Amino acid sequence: MAKMMYRDAIRNTIFQEMQRDERVVVLGEDVVGGNGTAGGPEAIGGIWSTSVGLYDAFGPDRVIDTPISESAIMGAAGGLALAGKRPVAEIMFADFIGVCMDQLWNQIAKFRYMFGGKSICPAVIRMPCGAGYNAAAQHSQMISQFVTNMPGIKVLMPATPADACGLLRQAIRDDDPVVFLEHKFLYAMSGEVPDDPDFVIPFGHARLARAGQDATIVASGMMVSYAETAADDLAQDGIGCDVIDLRTTSPIDEEAILDSVEVTGRMVVVDEAPPRCSLATDISALVAQKAFASLKAPIEMVTPPHTPVPFARELESAYLPSPAKIAAAVRKSLEYR
Amino acid sequence: MQLNREALTRAYRQMKLIREFEERLHEEIQTGEIAGFTHLYCGQEAVAVGVCEHLTDRDKIVSTHRGHGHCLAKGCDVEGMMKEIWGSQEGLCNGKGGSMHIADIDKGMLGANGIVGAGAPIAVGAALSNKIDGPDAEGKLAVAIAFSGDGACNQGTTFEAMNLAVVTKAPAIFVFENNHYSEHTGVDYAVGTTRDIASRAEAFGMKVWRADGTDFFAVYDTFRDVLEYVRTPGNGPAAVEFDTERFFGHFEGDPQRYRGEGELDRLRAERDCIKIFRAKVSGAALLDEADLDSLDADALSAIENAVTASRAAARPQPENVLDNVYISY
Ligand SMILES: Cc1ncc(C[n+]2csc(CCOP(=O)(O)OP(=O)(O)O)c2C)c(N)n1
Ligand SMILES: [Mg+2]
Repeated sequence: MAKMMYRDAIRNTIFQEMQRDERVVVLGEDVVGGNGTAGGPEAIGGIWSTSVGLYDAFGPDRVIDTPISESAIMGAAGGLALAGKRPVAEIMFADFIGVCMDQLWNQIAKFRYMFGGKSICPAVIRMPCGAGYNAAAQHSQMISQFVTNMPGIKVLMPATPADACGLLRQAIRDDDPVVFLEHKFLYAMSGEVPDDPDFVIPFGHARLARAGQDATIVASGMMVSYAETAADDLAQDGIGCDVIDLRTTSPIDEEAILDSVEVTGRMVVVDEAPPRCSLATDISALVAQKAFASLKAPIEMVTPPHTPVPFARELESAYLPSPAKIAAAVRKSLEYR
Repeated sequence: MQLNREALTRAYRQMKLIREFEERLHEEIQTGEIAGFTHLYCGQEAVAVGVCEHLTDRDKIVSTHRGHGHCLAKGCDVEGMMKEIWGSQEGLCNGKGGSMHIADIDKGMLGANGIVGAGAPIAVGAALSNKIDGPDAEGKLAVAIAFSGDGACNQGTTFEAMNLAVVTKAPAIFVFENNHYSEHTGVDYAVGTTRDIASRAEAFGMKVWRADGTDFFAVYDTFRDVLEYVRTPGNGPAAVEFDTERFFGHFEGDPQRYRGEGELDRLRAERDCIKIFRAKVSGAALLDEADLDSLDADALSAIENAVTASRAAARPQPENVLDNVYISY
């Protein structure tokens, strides 16, 4: 085990996979930085510092700084993958999916199905996502609802440095296209990461982050740490919660959710995306459909309102779920008779 | 230099207001009071002002993430802008947008924009609207201007917008501000033309101009010609590339490791549009040093007042999150 930050877990995993497999290539805006400047290449190594040192180690053919052209980045990742490489593309902010949706949704996601299973497209698309920086409506969004909805795409939402490592490594080795939703607010989170260079986390296996008998809290990404804080607060009052960290939203670990709700009878689902047609509604539907008889109270959803992400500090905090809002939702569920 | 004293005064006041606005923000941001991402326009003032001094409220502009200069030059209220950047309920956008999303539709300012390359298609739409509205009594069309950086010229949206404007003969103007960097990457690496950005626009079938963006008079005179052309019904769009400089980092907090040794000092010494303006007007005895100094003082006090007002301004309430998603729902 080594203690490291979430961002370094991502960077190190890419580095190791590039060493292990020549087919792994990185592309994106400023993933090198400094190209065409007096400062020279490697001025930045990604604005999130998730590709520091890759260019020096692997050179310009495998670490490709691109112009500001998300459609071309996404499409080139698809083409590289169809042609036998294993691209790890960075879309600097997940919000920019708007610019390149077609290449992901109509192309990468659908190749294999449309081609009758004759192709593989092992592209990993890293999308730094989420709010918390007062970066306003076009630099703060959670896009899990769009990508989870896409047949053909696998979707990962690591909540810890270890998961960032294990899920990313599995993504790079996986033959299907993967969207890797790394939360910007988690980059500085520190945690233990296994040293094993083959440490992977299989998809579709949730993690039980807290255990308790009274309520089930389902969360992903940054919402996991909020849910843990809420669960710890509730524990002081003798209320025990299961906190289920989904880890991957496609595939999704239905069993982990259902098993827990069958014991607790109460579910609070936390989601950073707006509340319509989202992970929150998806999981609520799952539980209503398959664990209806176990429910002792209505399902509670803790989500932002149906609005864009606002700028001002007060507004962004009002917008986002929080440990307090999650704890209140658990109490509300428990009060239901 | 055909400008009269009043026009010169106005132009200098506007450039200086932008300069002080940005220099002050650069300081205030260090204190942590201002939230979010801020991209300063310092160094590029002559472009925004040299362009916008020709415009009326009927003419529209669409800006970028580096939008403060365009906003001020197009007539957005300095206090309303500062309050917005402070996240106040009294800000131009009620604290919903912040630095990257300042807009004032009545002034023809259709928004700064956080998405690089998003502005050009929007400007073409506004230009098509102007075309439908037709020429004014003097036979001139209102125009719509897309400000884009050297980085934004690589987006497909910009390409599509240029072609759409050409085929529809939209009175649109693509203003490319080439400050040599897109974030941490140099223009020579990212823009793969054998010549310049303007030549791309030319390849789309547009008439193009080029000028030194650090010389207000070059910008102003060039843009008069651009406007004369695009305001004439039937001509369609045009593009202009201004060579300019950004004095601060890409965003506040940028370590700027891509800069060369002494680069910023050299730019401040040799490529400062405000210094160049002062030298030209005092050299030609159009405005004297004392006039300019008093305009400097005016700008400083306008900014001081805006900052004081922003500190005291009303904060948004949590329930305001729900405002203005729709008009009716
Ligand atoms: C679609 C999209 N891609 C990437 C970014 C991140 N980004 C913001 S500004 C910028 C550089 C823009 O360069 P340029 O167009 O030259 O404008 P400048 O910053 O020099 O004013 C980048 C890459 C973004 N905001 N939107
Ligand atoms: Mg630029």
